[in-house]
Amino acid sequence: MIAARFKPGEKVRVRKAYPLGHIRTPYYIRGHGGVIERLCGSFGNPEELAQMRSGEPKQPLYRVRFLQNEVWPEYRGNPEDALEVEIFQHWLE
Amino acid sequence: MKDNGDYQPYSYFQLMEVSLRELLVEKGVVTEAQVEAAVEDIRSRTPERGAKVVARAWVDGSFKQKLLENGSRACEELGLDMPALRLVVMENTSSVHNMVVCTLCSCYPRMLLGLPPEWYKSRNYRSRAVREPRAVLSEFGLQLSMETKIRVHDSTADMRYLVLPMRPAGTGGWSEERLASIVTRDCMIGVAVPKPN
Repeated sequence: MIAARFKPGEKVRVRKAYPLGHIRTPYYIRGHGGVIERLCGSFGNPEELAQMRSGEPKQPLYRVRFLQNEVWPEYRGNPEDALEVEIFQHWLE
Repeated sequence: MKDNGDYQPYSYFQLMEVSLRELLVEKGVVTEAQVEAAVEDIRSRTPERGAKVVARAWVDGSFKQKLLENGSRACEELGLDMPALRLVVMENTSSVHNMVVCTLCSCYPRMLLGLPPEWYKSRNYRSRAVREPRAVLSEFGLQLSMETKIRVHDSTADMRYLVLPMRPAGTGGWSEERLASIVTRDCMIGVAVPKPN
């Protein structure tokens, strides 16, 4: 199991990468900055599991909170409207 | 005249399902009875399960606390079997409204809500809920004031989300059963709010 590197409240950025395969990091959030809301635990890496491999070592999974108006420049709403997405640690920097 | 009879040729995926199922039975991997039992199990799950959880949280503060801390464990206490489901419960308050989507596919708390509705799986809802949630909610008949902060939860990985709606005014003294009766599926996805009737 891989140790968790980030703590709640810490600022992170989602890697802007476009590898092939079964990726659970949505396109729209790649490259965006957010804040760790919580650590959800550690889970098998879906990119490995999809290839019928073990998914080990397990990757820490976080819920990351993003501000809507930082993700979508044309967004109209409350400035604190947010989007929370589950992101695996190897997608965060 | 168009034939409206029951017979329709199998679609590509239906044919795949039948072929795979028959092959698995033929090879002794599963039995017909096991497949039938699994289908019945899926059918037996309805949003009433989720409504029961919400009503309990409304009347029992310590249960609510547990539910928000560890959704799966709290549901197990109610006798709901939650295999392989990591439940995160998000509480609506007077200043925060939560709604759930799965932009990548159709992840949904099936153990508590049953099968997701068609619109939840539609490209329209999946792509717009994260981008213009206020417009999507108003199409569901829910107009939120600009004072209310919206949090959209994209279920992209191993967690499943349930919205704990606010208990409406005018429901003081209601029994748990009566409270559960106003908690609809859409309230627990976060595209509606309970209305006392």
